[in-house]
Amino acid sequence: MEARLAVLAARLEELLGAGRVITDPVRLRTYECDGLTNHRSTPAVVVLPDTAEQIAGIVRECAAAGTPYVARGSGTGLSGGALPRADGVLIVTSRMRRILEIDIPGQRAVVEPGVVNLDVTRAVRPHGYYFAPDPSSQQICSVGGNVAENSGGAHCLKYGFTAHHVLSCEVVTPDGEIVELPADGPGYDLLGVFVGAEGTLGITTKITVRLTRLPETVQTLLAAFGSIEAGGGAVSAIIGAGVVPAAIEMMDALSIEAAEAAVRCEYPPGAGAVLIVELDGPEAEVAAQFTEVERLCRDAGAFEIRIAADDEERALIWKGRKSAFAAVGRISPAYIVQDGVIPRTALPQVLAQIDALSAESGVRVANVFHAGDGNLHPLVLFDDAEPGAEERAEAVSGAILDLCIEHGGSITGEHGVGVDKSRYMPRMFTDTDLDTMQMVRCGFDPDGLCNPGKVFPTPRLCGEVPGVRRGAHPYEGKADLF
Amino acid sequence: MRPLDALAKVCGDVRPGEPAEGVLGVEPALVAAPENVTEAADVMRVAAENGLAVVPRGAETRLDWGAPPERCDLLVDTHRLDGLIEHAAGDLVAKAEAGLPMERLAEKLAERDQRLALDVPLPGSTVGGTIATGAAGPLRSLYGTPRSLVIGLTIVRADGQVARSGGKVVKNVAGYDLGRLFSGSFGTLGLIVDATFRLHPVPAATAYVVCAVSGPEDAHDAVQTVLHCAVAPSAVEYIGPSGTVAVLLEGVPDGVAARARQTADLLGENAEISGTAPDGWGRYPDGTTLIDISAPPPALRDLLTLLGPDIAVTWSGSGHGHVGLPAESTPDEVADVLGRLRDALGRHRGGAVVRYTPEEVRGEIDLWGPVPALALMRRVKDQFDPDHRLSPGRFAGGI
Ligand SMILES: Cc1cc2nc3c(=O)[nH]c(=O)nc-3n(C[C@H](O)[C@H](O)[C@H](O)COP(=O)(O)OP(=O)(O)OC[C@H]3O[C@@H](n4cnc5c(N)ncnc54)[C@H](O)[C@@H]3O)c2cc1C
Repeated sequence: MEARLAVLAARLEELLGAGRVITDPVRLRTYECDGLTNHRSTPAVVVLPDTAEQIAGIVRECAAAGTPYVARGSGTGLSGGALPRADGVLIVTSRMRRILEIDIPGQRAVVEPGVVNLDVTRAVRPHGYYFAPDPSSQQICSVGGNVAENSGGAHCLKYGFTAHHVLSCEVVTPDGEIVELPADGPGYDLLGVFVGAEGTLGITTKITVRLTRLPETVQTLLAAFGSIEAGGGAVSAIIGAGVVPAAIEMMDALSIEAAEAAVRCEYPPGAGAVLIVELDGPEAEVAAQFTEVERLCRDAGAFEIRIAADDEERALIWKGRKSAFAAVGRISPAYIVQDGVIPRTALPQVLAQIDALSAESGVRVANVFHAGDGNLHPLVLFDDAEPGAEERAEAVSGAILDLCIEHGGSITGEHGVGVDKSRYMPRMFTDTDLDTMQMVRCGFDPDGLCNPGKVFPTPRLCGEVPGVRRGAHPYEGKADLF
Repeated sequence: MRPLDALAKVCGDVRPGEPAEGVLGVEPALVAAPENVTEAADVMRVAAENGLAVVPRGAETRLDWGAPPERCDLLVDTHRLDGLIEHAAGDLVAKAEAGLPMERLAEKLAERDQRLALDVPLPGSTVGGTIATGAAGPLRSLYGTPRSLVIGLTIVRADGQVARSGGKVVKNVAGYDLGRLFSGSFGTLGLIVDATFRLHPVPAATAYVVCAVSGPEDAHDAVQTVLHCAVAPSAVEYIGPSGTVAVLLEGVPDGVAARARQTADLLGENAEISGTAPDGWGRYPDGTTLIDISAPPPALRDLLTLLGPDIAVTWSGSGHGHVGLPAESTPDEVADVLGRLRDALGRHRGGAVVRYTPEEVRGEIDLWGPVPALALMRRVKDQFDPDHRLSPGRFAGGI
């Protein structure tokens, strides 16, 4: 290790105590990537703090040494957001797993950043509550990671994303201060921009989350269609009828085949597409809407509809969908998980275009998506043993993003930009747009040490703009007293 | 070239300001009303070249909120930016220009049975003003505030550059969300020119369950009962001094009818089901001083205890509300109520911000209360507006 970093590691050990600082190359390898394994970099130092004060200390040491640092929760991110820097420190929150407070009358809980998403729900379910954001990774991903990625899940169609369920964050800023960013405080909504900033504006050390009342009832159906177009028609009809389902998920023939091979979910044979529709809420409400959804599915050409009679059957319906990503491993040696968004009405058109892309290139694409909000997860299949196959798959994957942008959509609906997609950002935004976003970053992190190289393809220089006058703040020194 | 002439070259509607157009008494030297993004950008660029302090103006419904600007060389009026750019009904998304009045937007969306799920407490207010002030009412419990519903934003920066963030799909995590940052930024970071919103279907049926309560304990219990039951209300509101708890239910006709009965049963014999909202629903309480309050829902009990039975107040179940103080309140009285509110709500990690108050009171009180992370806010402001020309001094901490 470079002498400079060795000195820093020693200082960090003084700060955190023995056993909390990892520099052993073998152990460091554990942290070389997140859920996106094709980007790897072994960090110089890993630290395992217990408290916000320790994180503030670490950040101050890094700032003094001019060393970049990256926060990591559970490392399930799918865009390389937690990819470490070989010349930097990785701050891992896995020891900060306490649920500090559960306030049912106030419908909120206060948690440390390393708390696993599902553990929040487990802790409050006996009171009739849950934490609504439900990424498929919820058994392992951390609330801190959810905040950084503004994570969603199958049910965000109705309940919104992490941003809608976070009431306040305690944050260690890049200058090593501990500040509270409430959603409702006076002044700017800094929390609003912090959530979803992918760990580039600071490290959250305590999160106040909103708890949601468990619905009285949940109803789930599986509808099988001859084609994706027919399934897409059902989705449009449901939304058009003013129904806001808790979730609408769709899978195409190839992903059904994979799920079948992996978990034997026994979806109706011969389906070109299946749709999972879930409604939740008060019984009286759900009963009426569910009948309507069923009718709309039939009208759109569903040849079989299964209704879950209980939780067990519901789990069975979801099993195929939930296993879809991993299941693709059964039908292809390797694959890329894409995450693009299109306006829902463009669904049939874009899927036809993806088909054409696939036919043209000979690269197979399985489609799994959150159909209700137009969030596509095309799985681009390839054989990593075959020379050039990965490049071809990458090209198809990139072309799918172009399709999303062409149709007025987005390059990422939930997995974030990270290192993986920063090069696509200029296709979606102008230089001025990106420059403007980075003004926020310059306000928070002028030295660019907090998770650098993520989100933006080129960093903005944060120095003083030449020739610009800076008026003094009229309340300078005074307003803090207020 | 004089600023007036320079502005007239780039914008079709430019004139000197008039005394009646003062922003909390600060008279604008000039008023410009750009008609489109290009004109708006040019106006902002000319303002930058001439070092003009700029205050954006919508329909003036909240121009008296906050502190007066230190100076106002140019009012940028958005009334000519009043188009509905797009209503993609199938995608439940609409894009509107900043000067479009909220009611007109609502009318157009209603043609396709859709709505922007934000209350409009002040008639006439515009899309841009609603975002800039973060305005919301009872519906916030379920649907949130502008920050939750804005999915794309176009702004003109202090230097006249046009920037966009977000887009026109609801699910989108590409880049920083400037829509949330600009929500409630009171014109101090840039000029909002248009916004794209997530929409909701207009519910097929609605009902209100209205219940008279007596005193803080009773009010608290009624609100808590509704919050923790399974009727899934769209809003729960306490309205004082009348002492009413009202619950809004939305959904399909049969469902709403059943849920309304359930809610009425829970609230006891005083509860009544009604097709219309009770008095004071979705409005700010009367008075010449308006205080915005927030704290977790159980703070309602302490809030009502300290205010006593006569003060006008609204409080939504999600833990936000407003207090109105009458015109005859002296500066000392306002300061006293404000201090006690901050003490009581502060114990619940909440706070109180004065939206408007008469001039003689304004000088005597701190409008904002403690501002967490103020240094960080200033640094963000310095990036967006290094010369401090955008609504200078209007905002928290003197920003
Ligand atoms: C099988 C699988 C399914 C998935 N399904 C979904 C899904 O349905 N929806 C969805 O949205 N995502 C999904 N993801 C992606 C991922 O799980 C989420 O992005 C998750 O929120 C990441 O949490 P994490 O704790 O693993 O974060 P990490 O991967 O450790 O980090 C993610 C980012 O957060 C930053 N970060 C972590 N902790 C902090 C902190 N305390 N303060 C500031 N920044 C921090 C990191 O620097 C990094 O940029 C899935 C991933 C997998 C592997």
